[in-house]
Amino acid sequence: MSDHMNETKNIMKKKKILPVGHFRGLGAWTFAFFIYLYVPIVVLVFYSFNSNRMVMNWEGFGISWYLKAFSNNNIQQAVLNSLIVATVATACATAIATIGALVLARGGSFKGKTLSLGLITLPLMVPEIVTAVAVLIFFSSIGMNLGLGNVIIAHITFCIPFAFMPIRARLEGMDTTLEQAARDLYATEWETFRFVTVPLLMPGIVAGAMLAFVISLDDFIITLMVGGAGSTTLPVYIYSMIRRGLTPEVNAISTVLLFFSIAIVTAYWIVSKKSQTKTVH
Amino acid sequence: MSTWLPKGASSRRWLGLAPSYIVIGIFMLIPMVIMGVFSFLEPNPYGGVKAVGSFDAYVKLFFEYDLEDQLVFNPGYINIVWRSFQLSIMATVLCLVVGFPVAYYITLQPENKRNFYIYLVTIPFWTNLLIRTFAWIIILGRGGVIELPLQKLGIIDDSLRMMYSDGAIAVGLTYSYLPLMVLPIYASLEKLDFRLLEAASDLYANRWVTMWKVVIPLCKPGVVAGCILVFIPCIGAFIAPNLLGGGKKLMLGSLVQFQFSSARNWPFGAALSMLLLSAVVVSLIFYARAAKKRALMEGEV
Repeated sequence: MSDHMNETKNIMKKKKILPVGHFRGLGAWTFAFFIYLYVPIVVLVFYSFNSNRMVMNWEGFGISWYLKAFSNNNIQQAVLNSLIVATVATACATAIATIGALVLARGGSFKGKTLSLGLITLPLMVPEIVTAVAVLIFFSSIGMNLGLGNVIIAHITFCIPFAFMPIRARLEGMDTTLEQAARDLYATEWETFRFVTVPLLMPGIVAGAMLAFVISLDDFIITLMVGGAGSTTLPVYIYSMIRRGLTPEVNAISTVLLFFSIAIVTAYWIVSKKSQTKTVH
Repeated sequence: MSTWLPKGASSRRWLGLAPSYIVIGIFMLIPMVIMGVFSFLEPNPYGGVKAVGSFDAYVKLFFEYDLEDQLVFNPGYINIVWRSFQLSIMATVLCLVVGFPVAYYITLQPENKRNFYIYLVTIPFWTNLLIRTFAWIIILGRGGVIELPLQKLGIIDDSLRMMYSDGAIAVGLTYSYLPLMVLPIYASLEKLDFRLLEAASDLYANRWVTMWKVVIPLCKPGVVAGCILVFIPCIGAFIAPNLLGGGKKLMLGSLVQFQFSSARNWPFGAALSMLLLSAVVVSLIFYARAAKKRALMEGEV
């Protein structure tokens, strides 16, 4: 069989016949697409090692701007703020999303299900700038001024759907036989939930939390509008640096943030892939 | 299915959903309602609003008061709205043209390779948009990555002036949201039955006819979803017009932000946000109709 296929392939190669559905140049097009997608990232990282004061004037290779960025007090404060906001927002959003997903995936059909789903995914549909403006108006009209607290609340809101989606997907792919078996063996409802459902659901929860964390860490517009002085997060600080002038310090700190996000997303990818294979077996 | 929640199901359901309802309701839905109300109030010169009803914010979109206090047509804001739509449509079309062949190519690959390609497509999407847009300043800017070699080779003497233009904004927007086009198209192409293509080929349809008459109609929901996913963030974009358009070539998103930061006209900013929101609602209705049509068609088959 495989001999036959190889033979067919060879004939196709010789005669340059493309298999059905294939087009010439598709591979090259995709290659160019990935170049387009990754060149800006490569350029950004490359110029972070420039030792000149100006980003675009290449002087020589050096890590001086990394050292400068790390010792910059404002950046340290911004990083700390970012981590506080992202951690708290992720914890709250994941908890809220998990119980919401349990109801929507396991609660059978009930009146208001579609509406609930719509409400939870609402932050995904509304343009960020509109969310930002609405939340800003809301906080200022009720006179709520908790500094970083305001930012955290806004982040919890838009992180919920990102945490929700992988958790619901996991729940829907999960077999209920194990839970039924636990009930048959006289486990209480709570024991079944705690010792069967939660461990099975864990990959989904971890994946959801990671997405929420990355989304919160990268958010710029909502934090810019909602956060006052003293609640500057890293992206907001980077924006103010860009406006002041382009030094490789921006590239250096951006590179760090970039690789941090890539690391989390890669971890998410591995976790969700593992959970997929587990469900199949 | 409902092994969980055996008794008192209804109250438990609402208990489980309550946190989501409370958080998104209070911090998203109610704020949007307040924003709608604010758009019908008068601005306070120091930011905020006065509790006086008025349609001024909407009138301001089209008209301004001249020196004699007469209302005259002012195309300024309408031009910005128009340009936002133009640039967003342009970026959406560019994303579709660039992204469709890529999604198609990935579908043709063996499964383990496909997953890796999809991973590569999603990575930029999850990294910081501000940083990715900033990278384009280094590429397009004066003496940047594109200009430098041309200057060194003596092909150009002066700057190409690529930055601070509509073109720069369109490139930035396309770059920002390209993954959002590729992913839904890929998702619908993945379900495509390739035997249909063989059938078309057996019936003497050439590749392009097959593409046009078989592949594209079958993955239309993915294409529509991709277009909407790209169009919505484009129309409200703030970062690309600000960094690549230099803040002079305003788009709706940056105009809204300007009303809340420097101009301090909250009702006008709220009215512009309502306009943005209605654009989103219209495109979502469009999507829902396309999806419904699709569901009907599948029901018939």
